[in-house]
Amino acid sequence: MATAAAGTDRRYFARPTAKTGWWAWMTTVDHKKIGILYGFTSFVFFIIGGIQALIMRSQLATPDGEVVSAAMYNQLFTMHGLTMIFLVVMPMGTALINFLLPLMIGARDVAFPRLNAFSYWVFLLGGLFLYSSFILGGAADGGWFGYAPLNRELPGNGMTYYSLGLQILGIASLAGAVNFIVTILNMRAPGMTLMRMPVFVWMTLVVSFLLLFALPVIGVALWQLMFDRLFGTSFYDPGAGGDPLLWQHLFWLFGHPEVYIMILPAMGIVSEVLPAFARKPLFGYPAIVFAGAAIAFMGWGVWAHHMFAAGLGPVANSAFALSTMLIAVPTGVKIFNWIGTIWGGAVRLTTAFLFAAGFVSMFIIGGLSGVTHSIVPHDAQQTDTYYVVGHLHYVLFGGSIFGLFAGLYYWWPKFFGRLLNERIGKLHFWMMIIGFNLTFGPFHVLGLLGMQRRVYRYAPGLGFDMWNMLATIGAFTIALSIVVFLVNAVLTARRGEQAGADPWDARTIEWMIPSPPPEHNFDEIPVIRHRDDWWHRKYITDPKGTPAPVIAGGADAREIPADERDNATASEDEQAHGIHLPSPSYYPLVTAVGLPMAGYGILYQPLLLAAGFLIVLVGAFGWVLEPPAEPARRDRRTGAEPA
Amino acid sequence: MSAAHAAHGAPEPHTSTGVDNVKMAMWTFLGSECLFFGSLISTYLLYHDTTGSGPTSADVYDIPFTSISSFVLLMSSLTMVLALSSIQQGNPRAMRIWLTATAFLGLTFVGGQIFEFTTFVEEGLTLQTSPFSSAFFVLTGFHGAHVTIGVLMLLGVVAMSSFGRLGPDSARPVEMVGLYWHFVDVVWIVIFTVVYLIP
Repeated sequence: MATAAAGTDRRYFARPTAKTGWWAWMTTVDHKKIGILYGFTSFVFFIIGGIQALIMRSQLATPDGEVVSAAMYNQLFTMHGLTMIFLVVMPMGTALINFLLPLMIGARDVAFPRLNAFSYWVFLLGGLFLYSSFILGGAADGGWFGYAPLNRELPGNGMTYYSLGLQILGIASLAGAVNFIVTILNMRAPGMTLMRMPVFVWMTLVVSFLLLFALPVIGVALWQLMFDRLFGTSFYDPGAGGDPLLWQHLFWLFGHPEVYIMILPAMGIVSEVLPAFARKPLFGYPAIVFAGAAIAFMGWGVWAHHMFAAGLGPVANSAFALSTMLIAVPTGVKIFNWIGTIWGGAVRLTTAFLFAAGFVSMFIIGGLSGVTHSIVPHDAQQTDTYYVVGHLHYVLFGGSIFGLFAGLYYWWPKFFGRLLNERIGKLHFWMMIIGFNLTFGPFHVLGLLGMQRRVYRYAPGLGFDMWNMLATIGAFTIALSIVVFLVNAVLTARRGEQAGADPWDARTIEWMIPSPPPEHNFDEIPVIRHRDDWWHRKYITDPKGTPAPVIAGGADAREIPADERDNATASEDEQAHGIHLPSPSYYPLVTAVGLPMAGYGILYQPLLLAAGFLIVLVGAFGWVLEPPAEPARRDRRTGAEPA
Repeated sequence: MSAAHAAHGAPEPHTSTGVDNVKMAMWTFLGSECLFFGSLISTYLLYHDTTGSGPTSADVYDIPFTSISSFVLLMSSLTMVLALSSIQQGNPRAMRIWLTATAFLGLTFVGGQIFEFTTFVEEGLTLQTSPFSSAFFVLTGFHGAHVTIGVLMLLGVVAMSSFGRLGPDSARPVEMVGLYWHFVDVVWIVIFTVVYLIP
C-alpha cells in the first residue's frame, strides 16, 4: 500500500529538481538561498523607501515646497514608514538570521525548511501587495500607526491595503518566528548549550518570542479596521461609541515590542562584530544575554509612553514614565558590555567594526533622547514634532541600519566568498555617518522649535529654513553613501579578494566552514565544547591569558583544504556523506500566492477571494502529500528509501 | 512538516530538547493564539455595554441553548482523546471513527453558532448595530472559524488514514491536530464564561 501511494506521489506531486536558474530559486528551501533572497528583496525596498524619503526632503528643503501635493506627501510618509519598518529592517534582520542561524548553532537547516520558504514568499508578495496600491487608486495615507478614527474614515482604498497588507506580512513574520524558535531550541549541535550560543542567536530567540506575542495583537486591530472599512462595523467609530484609544492600545502593545524586534537583531550583530575585531571575548556574556531578555520582558510594559498626549490620567502616565525610565537600565548594561569588550582589545578598525562602533554611539544618542520622552510634561511638548522623528531615526537608522550594515560587511565574505573592498567601505561609512547626523540632528532642533511632523510645507520666517536645508543635504549624502555601497558590491562581485573560510580570524563556528558554505553546511556536525568554539579550536591561552595558536594536530581543529572542497559538487558530497537534505518544493510559493489573491478578493471580487482560499488549500494539500525527496536523492549509505 | 518526512522509515530525529519539532511549533503557535483571542476578548469586554440603541447582551443571549452547544464542543475533546488513544493502541479503524465523531460534534457546534447568529440578526443585532455587536460577532466568529479549520484538519487526517498515508508514526499527526482541537475548546470555555455567563 505504501509503495503504491509513493508511486502516485511521484506522478502527481513530484518535487522540483532544478539546481540552477529561476526554478531553483523559486523552489529552494535552503536557508542560505532564502537568506539571500530576503536580503536582496529588502535592499530593493530599502532603495524604494529611500527614494520616498528623498522626495519628502526635496519637498521640505525650502519653505512652501512644491515638489508634491499634500495627498501624495501623506502617502509618501506613510509608505516610507511602513517600508522601512516592515519591508526593510525586519526582513533584513531575517535575511541575516536565515543565513547565519543554522550555521551558528551547527545545524544543516532550519527546523521547517518549507515553512521558511513560505515566509519569504509571503513577505515578498505582501510587500508587492502593499505597493500595488500606488497604481490601484492610492496608497495608505494615515501614517504608519494609522490612528483611529482617521484610519476608518480616510477615503479610497489606501488604509484597506494597509490593514490587509500588514496582515499578510504578519503571517510571514509569525511563521518565521515559530520556525526560528524551534530551530534554536531543537536543532543545536551537540554541546551547544543555551549559554554557549552566540549572542546573535540569543537575540534571534528573544525577537522571535516578541514577534510571536506581538503580532496577534496588531492582527486583531487590523482585522477590526478591515471590518470597519469594508463591513460597516463600529469598532473605531466614535459616533457609535467606538473608542479610538482601543486602537492606540492595541497598536502600541504591538508597536513598542516592535521597536525591540527591530533593534535586538542589530544588538546581536554588534555583539558578534565587536569581539571579533577587538580580539577579545564578549565582555559579560551572561549580562548581555539577560539584558536582552529583560528588555523583551519590560518592553511589554512601556507601550503607553506613546500615548502620553492622549490623556490617560496621571496614574497611568506616571506608571509608564517609570517603566520607560527603567527599561533604559538593561539597555545601558549592554552599552557598557560593548565598551568593555573594546576596552584593552587589539582593535582592528575594519569597516564592519566602524559600523558597529557607529551603532553604539548613534544608539546612545537615540537612547538618551528616548529617555527624555519618559518625562511626561516634556513629552507633551515633543509629541508629533520633528523631535520624535529625530529620535526614532537615531534608534532605527543610527541603531538598526548601522548594525545591519556592520553585519553585512562582517558576514559578506561568508555569504558570497569574496571580501568587500575596505577602502570603499570606509568611504561608505564616513559618508553615511556624516550624512546621517546632518539629516537627523537638525530634526531635534526643528522639533523643539515647534515644527510638526507630517506637514507637507511650512511658511518662511519660522526659523525652520536653515535646519531643513541642512537635513535635505544630509539625506542626499546618505543616498550617495548607499550608491558607494552598491558600487562596492558590484566591483567586488567579480574582482574582490577571495575570502577563504575565516578572513577575520573570527570566533564563532560559522567561520569553520568554507565561504560560501556548501549546501549541507557542515561535513560533520561539530561538537561544541566552548562558547566561541571556533576560537578555542584555533587558540589556547597561556597562563597570562595571551592567546597562542594551537599546534597543528594538537587539538580537534580540522580544516578542509580549499582545493579539496571546490572539486566536489554539493550533490556528490551529500551522497558521499549520506547527508539527507530537504528537497526543494513548489508548495511554499503556491500557498503564498493565495494570500494576496485573497486580499485583492476582499477588496474587489468575492470570486477572487474564493480562488485565493482554494489556492491556499491546494498548496497545503500538496505540502502534506508531496513525497520527501526525488529518488535520485535517496540516501546511498543506508540504502533507505526515504518514502 | 519536513521533520515528519524525515521520520518516514527512520527513527525519530533527535532534537536538543527531546521535544518533537512539530509539537514544539504547535505549542509556540498556540501561545501566539492566546494573545489573538486575548485581544478579541479585551475588545469585547471594553464594548460590552456600548450597545447604543441596539439590543443588549441580556436581550439576545439564550444561555440554555449556548450551554448545550458548549457541552457538545466539550464532548468533542473527549472523542479526540479516544481517537488518539485508539491509534496509540494500534487501531486505525477506531481512530477514524472517533475522529469522524469529533468532526461531527465540531460541525454541530458550528451549526449551533450559525443558528444563534441568525436568531440574533432576526432580533435586530447585526454586525453593524453597535460596537458591542461588532465585538461579539467578530470574537465568536473567529472562534467558529478556528473550529471549522479544525474540522477540516480532522477530516484530512481521516482521509489520509483511510488511504494509508499517515506513515509509520501515525499517532503523531493525530496528536498535533488534537493539541489544536483541545486549545480551541479551552478558548471556548473562556469565551463562554466571559461572554455569556458573566453578566
